[in-house]
Parts: sequence; structure tokens; C-alpha cells
Amino acid sequence: MIRSCLLALLSHWRRNPLQLFAYLAGLALATALWSGVQAINAEARASYDAAAATLGDGQFDVLVPRQGDSISLEQYVTLRRSGWLVSPVVDGRLGDVRLVGIDPVTSPTGLGAIETEGADNPFETVFATKETALKLDPAVQVTLDAGMAPGLAVGDIGIVQRLLQRDDLTRLVVLPGQPLDQPALSSVAPGLRVQPAQQVADVAQLTDSFHLNLTAFGLLSFAVGLFIVHSTIGLAFEQRRGMIRTLRSLGVPLKTLIAMIALEMMTLALIGAGLGIILGYLIAALLLPDVAATLRGLYGAEISGTLKLRASWWGSGMLLAVVGTAAALSSRIWQIAHMPLLASVRPRAWVTATASRFRLQSIGAILLLGAAVPVALLGSGLLAGFALLGCLLIGAALALPAVAAAVLTVLERRTITPIWGWFWADTRQQLPGLSLALMALLLAVSANIGVSTMVSSFRLTFVAFLDQRLAPELFVQTETADQSAALATFLQSREVEVLPLLKTETTVANLPVELYGVRVGPTYRTSWVFLDAAPAAWDLVEKGEAVVVNEQFARRADLWVGDRLRLPSELTVPIAAVVGDYGNPQGQVIVSEQRFAGLYPDIYPDRFGIRTQDAALLRAAIVEAVGIDDGAFTAQEAIKALSLEVFEKTFVVTSALNILTLGVAGFAILMSLLTLADLRVPQLAPVWALGLTRRRLGWLEVVRAVLLAGIVFVCAIPMGLALAWILLSVINVEAFGWKLPMYLFPFEYLRLGVYALIAAFLAAAWPALRLMRTPPATLLRVFASER
Amino acid sequence: MNVKVLALLFLWPLGLMAQGFSGLGTDAEGFATPGPDPTFAFPADHGAHPDYRIEWWYLTANLSGLDGTKYGLQWTLFRSALAPGEAAGWQSPQIWFAHAAVTTPDQHFATERFARGGIGQAGVQANPFRAWIDEWTLEGPDFDTMTLSAQGADFGYDMSLAAKGPLVFHGDNGYSVKSAEGQASYYYSQPFFDISGTLALPTGKVTVTGTAWLDREWSSQPLSDQQSGWDWFSLSFAGGSKLMGFQLRQTDGTHYTASTWIEPDGQTTAYPDGAFTATPLTDSTVAGRQIPTTWRVTLPAQGLDANVTAVNPAAWMGLSVPYWEGPVTVSGSHTGQGYLEMTGYE
Repeated sequence: MIRSCLLALLSHWRRNPLQLFAYLAGLALATALWSGVQAINAEARASYDAAAATLGDGQFDVLVPRQGDSISLEQYVTLRRSGWLVSPVVDGRLGDVRLVGIDPVTSPTGLGAIETEGADNPFETVFATKETALKLDPAVQVTLDAGMAPGLAVGDIGIVQRLLQRDDLTRLVVLPGQPLDQPALSSVAPGLRVQPAQQVADVAQLTDSFHLNLTAFGLLSFAVGLFIVHSTIGLAFEQRRGMIRTLRSLGVPLKTLIAMIALEMMTLALIGAGLGIILGYLIAALLLPDVAATLRGLYGAEISGTLKLRASWWGSGMLLAVVGTAAALSSRIWQIAHMPLLASVRPRAWVTATASRFRLQSIGAILLLGAAVPVALLGSGLLAGFALLGCLLIGAALALPAVAAAVLTVLERRTITPIWGWFWADTRQQLPGLSLALMALLLAVSANIGVSTMVSSFRLTFVAFLDQRLAPELFVQTETADQSAALATFLQSREVEVLPLLKTETTVANLPVELYGVRVGPTYRTSWVFLDAAPAAWDLVEKGEAVVVNEQFARRADLWVGDRLRLPSELTVPIAAVVGDYGNPQGQVIVSEQRFAGLYPDIYPDRFGIRTQDAALLRAAIVEAVGIDDGAFTAQEAIKALSLEVFEKTFVVTSALNILTLGVAGFAILMSLLTLADLRVPQLAPVWALGLTRRRLGWLEVVRAVLLAGIVFVCAIPMGLALAWILLSVINVEAFGWKLPMYLFPFEYLRLGVYALIAAFLAAAWPALRLMRTPPATLLRVFASER
Repeated sequence: MNVKVLALLFLWPLGLMAQGFSGLGTDAEGFATPGPDPTFAFPADHGAHPDYRIEWWYLTANLSGLDGTKYGLQWTLFRSALAPGEAAGWQSPQIWFAHAAVTTPDQHFATERFARGGIGQAGVQANPFRAWIDEWTLEGPDFDTMTLSAQGADFGYDMSLAAKGPLVFHGDNGYSVKSAEGQASYYYSQPFFDISGTLALPTGKVTVTGTAWLDREWSSQPLSDQQSGWDWFSLSFAGGSKLMGFQLRQTDGTHYTASTWIEPDGQTTAYPDGAFTATPLTDSTVAGRQIPTTWRVTLPAQGLDANVTAVNPAAWMGLSVPYWEGPVTVSGSHTGQGYLEMTGYE
């Protein structure tokens, strides 16, 4: 009995292959985007963990040079011989690979998690993953260690120094348990300073916001996918009411039947989710290189470019798909359990508009939108930002059917011709069946508007920012104090505007900052745009009576223009201006050249910006007169191009996810229309019988879909703008520490609107075509007694 | 330095206290090996012998405070070569490490240091004598007059040493056999140091005086792979005579022993396997293991039958390579004091 019963159940799918496709595809799409995004996140986290485990980054204080990035071997030995327990590290890049040399004998973590068993002599080899090893010169002896962080090769300091062709050190790790008697650092190594452990930026923390963004996208797509599943399950059950009644009448016990239905649907769900995980893997593999480039550009975080199948992401995708299906299934099973044995087989409730359901949805919408207000006013932090986003989006989606119904009612009242009167009424009647798909479209379109607003605002601001920051046509990097002095003297004779840059890292207002000393001149006065400033801000800075800080620092320290700030010398000065500083996680404090020299007399400017009409000529002159290596120059264009490239990569990832969500929404509309098509035959047959041609009816179907998409699009504009505002002013501030000005892009929105209408048109075209080709016999049969 | 790095170092036999002492019986590929009838050249031989695999400068002292409280002190510098010879910079195959400890009747402080050879962070130079690692030093114009210093996070010391007798040579004129199969080392001592100085303890500084014993030993293959650890005694008796005796515990339950009887004027008599015996009497629970902290030692040829008792049974060196090392008192046929080292108790 069970076998024939199962066969009967399964025959439904054979007769409705499209429904089976919609069910599997819906689940697959939902699972794909979710698990794809999770796969990327899992890969990144594993990379951060590997980096932390292999290098012990951030666990210990380190000694770093006050200037430059070189510590001599003599300095190291002198420190050790005076009782400073430190361990040397040399850190450099060889092509695409970060090479870190440690002394395993004194290192606090030793070789850490590194598998040394595979090496003949660990002092003669570097350890790296297979992927990293391929990027290294074949002459380098590499011992493969799958646990190493991506893009990182670690080895003994001796071999790494040889590979990097240098004999100095980069930093010294301060070991725990320093001895009783120790001279002050300033007397043993005045050129070094202690960088406390917690001030080494925690990569995982920095990148959290980026991953939260990805997760939000994944969840959004998952919700849209589940809309599809939910509507397909609903339809399948409505259509199988007759079969269920027959099976029950033939004596199949209710429990057996429910168990079999559950088994059947869950098995299919697992197949769909499995397909989704395969798809997700492909999406992640496609996006991972761009994500990796973004993370490296923005945060200097290395993540692996190859994907591993990790239980954490495919498991969560599977679980979500199964739980989502089970939730959609349970209400249907409840209906079967409570259905009278000989209930009518007439397809009913599924497509019937019920005022109560709309009312319930509207109440939900009002509650969610209402909740957004206190969250916006009282909440703080990244999570509150996302909560606000969630309340607004879901609230608006729930409100959509009611809004659309109201619009249609108004339109219906204004028409006088019978055909259009019927059209509006019929559209309104179809609304519940389409509402899930329309809600999905609303989410996708508003996300699209929101994110494209953010991305374009970002780009506009960033390009302007680059113009401001990279005003000098030529940048020169000097190696030594003598070189710096020689260059300064030479430039003085050339009568060009020179912008020497003094830089050190220190702590201001208990925050790690980069402290800069600048020569206030025409370039700063004209090209720097402040977010907020006191009158004559640069004059105050020039006199040493005030500082300029970047926005990241101002927000973190909760200080603004006019507030006073204590500099390392116990000197307290007011903040004259706050400047926007995009794409930089570090806090910055800017003082005048003279003030800086007073604070750190030993630090010389090692970077010069030069304003010149003829950069190439001046460059050649400097190379000849001062003897600076040609490689020490950077042209403004090169820096600009490099910075822009980093940001472009960030946007590639976001827009790819955007297109995917819009695609999923379009698919939802198609599926809803296709599944509605059969049910609508009895409603269309009388209209056809009254004289409307099938062709005309088909066109009306298309017009309806495009019209509904139009209503959705109009609703999506305010939603999208609200989303953009939250992204720019709430989430961005929390995630990156800076606020972006919001620009509007009407043409961009118009283009998106056209896309949405095209998506609706394409989605409606196939069902309409099918309707146009419906044999008259099918339509006539409606009037027979078969139903 | 964590256990993993240590494991890395032990890919090459480090010698002396490796856990289980596995691998120490392997061939000394490329390393020089000790041979019989050595001729020592001083002061050069006080310095390092980089062609040999392992070497140490091992100083222990029995001290008394002004109030009569007994203290013990240890300062040891080890050299371990990954390959024979020396090279400049990070390419040097030499690795140095050192242990320092102070034992009081109820407390024990121990710490360690590590260094790479070739960069000047640690080393030993013969003339004038200077042994150092980081800020720890044992140095002086010659081997008889030296200053000694070391410190950790919670203790330290600054001492002066003056030799009151000659160097003594163990085994056959300094060729000390360590197993029936013939493993051996070069081994001599300066057991006649007077020592005085200051201990820095958490409770404050303590002025101390006493006697010290410095061991010098180098080899490439000191233990047989049948041997699992050793118990090593350096005892100074009331009459001025001294005893160095050790037993190497073998995996089959038997022992290999050797000893040197040192007269007050430095005359020595070496005794072969079996003459010296050491029998554990009572165990103490130290760092979660049973360690014999009272011993009966005998050397019938010198009429010795005495009990050796730890001043502080908790003198556990909980370092990268853990072992027990601390001051002892002697009672029975002879009285006196000394130092006891026990390795391989797992």
C-alpha cells in the first residue's frame, strides 16, 4: 500500500514538472546564495585564525622603530644583553607572498602551529600552503603546511633574510615575564618604541563589518528563495486535494499519509538544498578572488583564494533550507489533518483574497515599521543598524499587498469601460497569489537602489577625496636623515611648493593614532575639504595652536571641532577641523611641522609631496642632484589608480550579489505566474466566452505584470533611499568609522526601474504566450460539468 | 619558547636531559667524538668546542645567609649544535640555552634563556674567560676569579667566585665513560670555589656566602640508548674531601655508576662501574611525580655510607626540559653538603 501510495503522490510531480522545478529551484537559489556567502565568510575567518595562530599577531607587545621599518641586528643583541627579553621578526614581501622570519629559539610562540615534522631541516625551509608555495620562486625550499595562513610563508629568520636580501629586522616581540632589573628602553634603544599588544589592529574585528554585510545579503536572498518555496508548496497542496481525498477514501490512514507527504517533501527539499550548496560553492568560488582583493586592499587581511568544503557553511545552508521547508509544510499538513474526509475538491482558498490575511499582514507591517523608530533613535552599534534595516525592509514588504490593493481600488473606481473594470478587479483578485513574488521584487529593487546609491556616493566622494589628498604631482620617499636633508635643501632652491610629511605612531586620547606633521601651505588651504571646521583652521594649525583630526579618530574619541585634545607632550590644543578620510581604518592627528619637531626632534620627514608643472623633469633633476633611487618616486596618477582599483573590487562583489537577488526575484514572479495560470482558466474562460480574444487576454496578462512591477518600483524608491541612508549614515559609521555624504542618482534609479519592468515583462511573457495558445477546448471545458 | 619549538630542537639530539633520552645513542654524524687519554689545553679548553654536539658550564653552590639559613644556587649555560662548526650570523648551527635557579628551604625559583649562536647574544670566550647569554654572565680575568649573575622575573643574584684549589679531572684524566658500550665525554671540574654575594628574592635581598662547584663537560654522544636518566651527586664533606658520583639508570633496571673521590688538596681517585652506589630511600611528590629526595650513598673503598637529604624537596626545575636539581645535606659516616641532580623522572 505504501508503495502505491507513494507512487500516487509522486505522480503529481510527473504531471507538473514545472512545479517540481520551481520547488527545487527555489530551494536551490535560497540555499545557494546563503551558503555561498557563508562559504566566503568561513574561508576568511579560517584565514584570520590561521594568521593569528601562526604569527601570534596582537598577543604580545612589540618594539617598533620610531621611524622607518628597520631595526639592526646590533640593536637586538644590545637589548638582549641589557636584559630586554625580545624576539626578532623580519617581515617583508617577495612578490605576492608575505614572508615572515622568526627566531624559533626565542619566539614566544615558537613555530606555533606549524608542522615541522615534514621538514628535513626547519632552519633551511619556509612553511607555506601549497597555494602560496606556487607563488614563490621554485628555488626556495618550501615545506607544505596546510594550516598556514594564505599568502604567508614563515621560516627561520636566517633563510627569510636571505630571501628578502636584507640583514635587518622589522620588529621585536616583547616576551612575557621580563626580568627584575631592566634599563629603560629610552636608554638602551632610543630609536624604538613599545607598541602595546591590543593596539595591533585585530584583523577579525576590522573585517567583521564586511562579513556582516555579506551575511545580510545572503539572508535577504534566502528570504526571497523561501518565498518561492512557500508558494510552490501551497500550490502543490491545493492541486493535490483531490488525490488526498481519494487516497483517504481508499483507506490510507491519515498518519501514514502525513508521514509519506512529509517524507516526500523533505526528500525533495534535501535534493534542492544539495543542488543549492553546489551552486553556492560555485558562486563563492567565483566571488572569492574579488572578496580576497577587497579585504587585502581595505584591511591588509590575507585570505585564501581557494575554497574548502567546510561543514560550518554547507551545514547551516542545509539546516536553514530544511527548517524553512518544514515551516512552510507544517501549515499545509495541519490543513490535511483537519480536512473533512469528503471535502470539496474545488481549488479554493489559496488564491482567494481574504481581508483577514491582508489585515494581519498590515498589522505586522505597522508593528515592524513602528519598531524601526525607537531602533533608529535609541539603538547604537552595527547590530542596531542591521535591525533597523530588517524592520524597514520586512515591514515595507508586508505592507506592499495592502498598498497595491488600495492603488488598484482607486484605479478601478476611475474606469468606466467594462473591460478595464474587469481588468482592475481581476488584478486585485490575483494580488494574494502574486504578493509573495511582488514582495520579493520589492526587496530586490530596494536593495538595488540602496546599494547602488551607496556605491555611487562612495565613488564620487572617494574620487574627490583622492584629488584632495593626492594634490602633489610627485611623491618622494627618502631612506635616511641625510638624504631627507639633502632633498629638502635641493627643493628649497627650486622654488616649488614642498609638502614634507613627518609621521609617527603614538597614543592620543587613549587611542592609537598616526600623528602627522605637515607644512601648511597653499595646497592644504585650497584642496582640503573639511567635514566641519573652525574659522581659519589652517592658520591655527600653522601657529601650532590647534590640530586637524580625521573623522575616524573624531568619532572613536567622541570629540569634535572645538574640543580639546592632549598631545603626547602634555600639551593641550583644540581641534580646529575634522577631515574626511576614506578607506583608512587608522585614526590620524595632524599638527604643524614646527609643533611636530618640538614633540619628536629626532624624526625627519621621509616623505615629500611636491607641486610641480613638470614632474618628469624635476624627478630627473632630483635623481641626479640628490642621488635618490628612481624607485623612491611615485607619480600621483599611479597612487590614484591603485586606490581606485581597490575600491572597484569592493563594488564588484556588491553589485554581483545585487544582480543575483534581482534575478531571484524575477524568477519568483515567473514561477507565481506560471503556477497561477492553470488556476486562472476558469476565471478567464467566461471573459473569453464574452468575446475577448486569447491574444488580447494574453497581452492584458503582460500589462498586468508590468503594471504591478511599476507599483512595486514606485514603492521601492523611498525604501531604497531609506536603505541607502542607513547604509551610509548608520552602518558605515559603525563599520568603518566614517560617514559618507549621500548623493542621489535619478537616472540610475530610472534605469533600475526599467530593469524591474523588463524583468516583469519577461516573467509574464511565457505564461501569456501559453494563454494565447490555450486550445479553445480547454476554455470550453470550464463550462462543462467536469469541474 | 614552547614545547613545539623544543620538539624542533630535539630533532637533533640535544643531549643531557631530553625526555626519554631517545635518539641520544645515534651516530654522531660529522661531530668530533671524545677519545681516551685527552690532553687539555688551558685556557682554550675553558671556551666552547663547536665541533662537539653538546657542552656545558654548570655551576652549583651551597650558600648560607647571615642567619644560617641554607640556600642553593644554580647557573648553567648549555651549548647544543645542530651541525658541527661555527658560522657567522643566523647561519650559525649553534644554539645556546641557560638555566638559573635559587633554592631556599621552602621556595624554589627557576628560569631559563635561549639564544642563537653567531650573533653575539650568547657565547663563551676562553681568555679572558667570559660566558654569557643575554645579561647573564660568568666572567673574570681567569678561570679562578670570576663574577656571576643571572636573573628572572622574580629572583636574581650577583656573586663573586674565588678558586681555592686546582681543577680536577674525572674518569681517566678527564675522559669520562658513560656506559658499558663506551659512550664518553670530556669532564673536568673546579670544585673548590669560595662564593659570596647577594640573592634578590621577592622578600628582599639576602647576603650569602658558601662554596661552589663548576663542572665542564662536552661530548657528542653522551648516553647509550639503553639509558633513561641519571642521578648525579656532588658532595663536599666536613673534612675537606669531596665526591662526584653518578648513576645512569638503564631501561633494564640496572645502573651504570662512576665516581671520583677528591682529596682536600685536589688529588683524585676514579672508581669504576659498581663501586659507587646510590639507593633511593624516600620519595616526595613533586610537580605531580614521585621523586626520590632522600638517598643512601655508599663508596666502600672510602668508607662512605651516608644519607643524602634534599634541603627543599620541591626543587623542581619546571622549565622546557623539566628535571630536579637542588642543594642537599649529608649525614652518616660522613657529614657535609652538596648538590643533587635527577633527570628522566616522568
